[in-house]
Amino acid sequence: MSKSSDEIVYGLKREYLEKISSQGSRIDGRKFDEVRNLVVTPNFVPRAEGSAEVRLGDTRVLVGVKIEQGEPFPDTPNSGILTTNAELLPMASPTFESGPPNEDSIELARVVDRGIRESKMIDLDSLVIEEGKKVWVVFIDIHVLDYDGNLIDAASIGAVAALLEAKVPASKIGREDIPLPIRHIPIMITSAKIGSSLVVDPCLEEEEVASARISVATNEEGNVVAMQKGLAGSITEEELFLAIESSIKAGKDIRKRVLRK
Amino acid sequence: MGTQSSMKLINEEGLRIDGRKFNELRPIRIEVGVLNRADGSAYIEWGGNKVLVAVYGPREAFPKHTQNPSRAIINARYNMAAFSVDERKRPGPDRRAVEISKVIGEALECAVFTEQFPRTSIDVYIEVLQADAGTRIAGLTAASVALVDAGIPMKDMVVGCASGKIDGKVVLDLNKEEDNFGEADLPIAIIPRTNEIVLLQMDGNMTKDELSEAIGMSKKAALYISNLQKEALLAKYKGQESEKEGE
Amino acid sequence: MYLDIERKVVLPGQEIDLGGQKQGNGIYHENGKYYAYQMGIIQTYNNYANVIPLSGKYYPVRNDRVIGKVIDIAPSFWIMDIRGPYPGFLHINDTPWKNVDEDLNKILGVGDTVFLKVNEITESRQIWLSLKDAGLRKLEGGHIVMVQPTKVSRIIGKAGSMVNTIKEITGVKIQLGQNGVVWLDGPADKVLVVRKILRFIEKEAHTSGLTDRVKKILEESR
Repeated sequence: MSKSSDEIVYGLKREYLEKISSQGSRIDGRKFDEVRNLVVTPNFVPRAEGSAEVRLGDTRVLVGVKIEQGEPFPDTPNSGILTTNAELLPMASPTFESGPPNEDSIELARVVDRGIRESKMIDLDSLVIEEGKKVWVVFIDIHVLDYDGNLIDAASIGAVAALLEAKVPASKIGREDIPLPIRHIPIMITSAKIGSSLVVDPCLEEEEVASARISVATNEEGNVVAMQKGLAGSITEEELFLAIESSIKAGKDIRKRVLRK
Repeated sequence: MGTQSSMKLINEEGLRIDGRKFNELRPIRIEVGVLNRADGSAYIEWGGNKVLVAVYGPREAFPKHTQNPSRAIINARYNMAAFSVDERKRPGPDRRAVEISKVIGEALECAVFTEQFPRTSIDVYIEVLQADAGTRIAGLTAASVALVDAGIPMKDMVVGCASGKIDGKVVLDLNKEEDNFGEADLPIAIIPRTNEIVLLQMDGNMTKDELSEAIGMSKKAALYISNLQKEALLAKYKGQESEKEGE
Repeated sequence: MYLDIERKVVLPGQEIDLGGQKQGNGIYHENGKYYAYQMGIIQTYNNYANVIPLSGKYYPVRNDRVIGKVIDIAPSFWIMDIRGPYPGFLHINDTPWKNVDEDLNKILGVGDTVFLKVNEITESRQIWLSLKDAGLRKLEGGHIVMVQPTKVSRIIGKAGSMVNTIKEITGVKIQLGQNGVVWLDGPADKVLVVRKILRFIEKEAHTSGLTDRVKKILEESR
């Protein structure tokens, strides 16, 4: 069948999801604030400077970190560079097409980047090799392998996990390899609005019928470092703060239990 | 091929830099049905190669002008992840990937009964997550398994193994350094039941005898690897002597 | 007599000894020999040896009951996604409704779910569907779950034994399509139980004593 047929949702499914959410249930039996089973495998691609595979429910994302020498930006001569790219591989879903990045993959990359950059997770100023001339460039490449909802959180957690394990290959310039200088650990948690309920970590079926989506990245101090509202519907301020609380709570758990930092 | 360097690829005991003998394969592991959304999938680790393959189809081919009224078209897409190689690769297909996609697609076409599905496409996505020479053959070997997992009608599996020449000696299954600094590289794939050659490329410099030796070694290895493919597929279905209700 | 080839798992390219049976589905013929073209289990039926595939998409067969989703509307027919390689077409004349200059959209709209049968498959693979038979109808309310088409017969069970057990114990209404689309109607917690048991059956389809094990699990979650 064509791509568009996979994007058309069974009408009765949408009604069912809205009905049960008003009754306090979710389609897979989870509580509203429950995150799916999360498995993070660091160093999945040993040849890269850093990498991590994330399985969030059946969503599977592989994030690779490459660190290479490059020229700094002219307006920040004493700062390393961070750049993020995402590929929504056609293998991950019948609705993903081959080709240059579309608006979904660009939004995904930019939202993940925002969480890491704004939280100052990496001390970019210590990634200078030669002031004004040579710096370390950190490439974060997000490779979506299997799509079952909530790519933002899976990719974001994968990027954080990959960066936590990454080594700057300073041996290439006659020094010793060192871990990336990490200052904070941001965790991004997304909630979706179904009917008038907010559910954390939407699975694919929930994402297909959600009217709005809100992603919040918080750091280990409980401060908000990045946010993004997605999809065409609206959210209330109350819902926003509910989503922020979910991010703080789930973030704490993920940092401790999954990332062990 | 890379330039000849002073690097010795075979030592005095006749062993290669990774300790292998001239006709030894790198370790291979195949897993079937690893993805949830795809119609069929397979994952292969071959030496340092990590390749994931997904199959979608048969499904209506779009755009419509690509449809073939009498059979399915096989659309293979070989892609290397940015982090799969030493120097980060810019995302997106480069000319090498386009060529490899083409030869892989043509190899699979020899085995798939495409006439059963006119106007459709069978999409084969080959993603190299980590590269260590021989990615196209690893990809093709996994693609064949993914096609079976997707239930696509096939004459037989497709399987391959590259061989080459290093330090004047014909060897099996080149690794990254051997591919860069050796004298010849010959990826080849066959249909095991009939021994037909469905993929063949070569670069370097070989005599006819060396070529014959290399092809013989590759074919023999390919037959061994086809057993690994079968074992991986059968691993999903143990205990089939049981009652099958409902027929 | 032919039990030595029965229930044997074969792979594409594997030679099959038909044992006096005729060449059925999943088997091709080359130079006087027979080979499987899909991975599956050999079963004999009506003197035919067939390879029943273990995985793969849904390939429509005439008279199959399927659950489809409307994805587009033409002047006199609807285009449906039936989860196969080709779309299905439902003509207004193959439904109980009389079209008196009415917009087809008012009868069935995009996204609507319908339980129908495969009426005719033309040579060019056009699949024509029909609502003209007992039990066929637009489905309203309830929930949709997907299962692998190759596992549907296992979910049904011998003479419906498996699916009836699930219906009786959970009280959930179940409509199964050969194309792997399942319609469930019942309270949310019971629907969830059925969802989980369907996944279990899919995973354990090739094992024995499954109906009893399913019964046990369902009893425990009553």
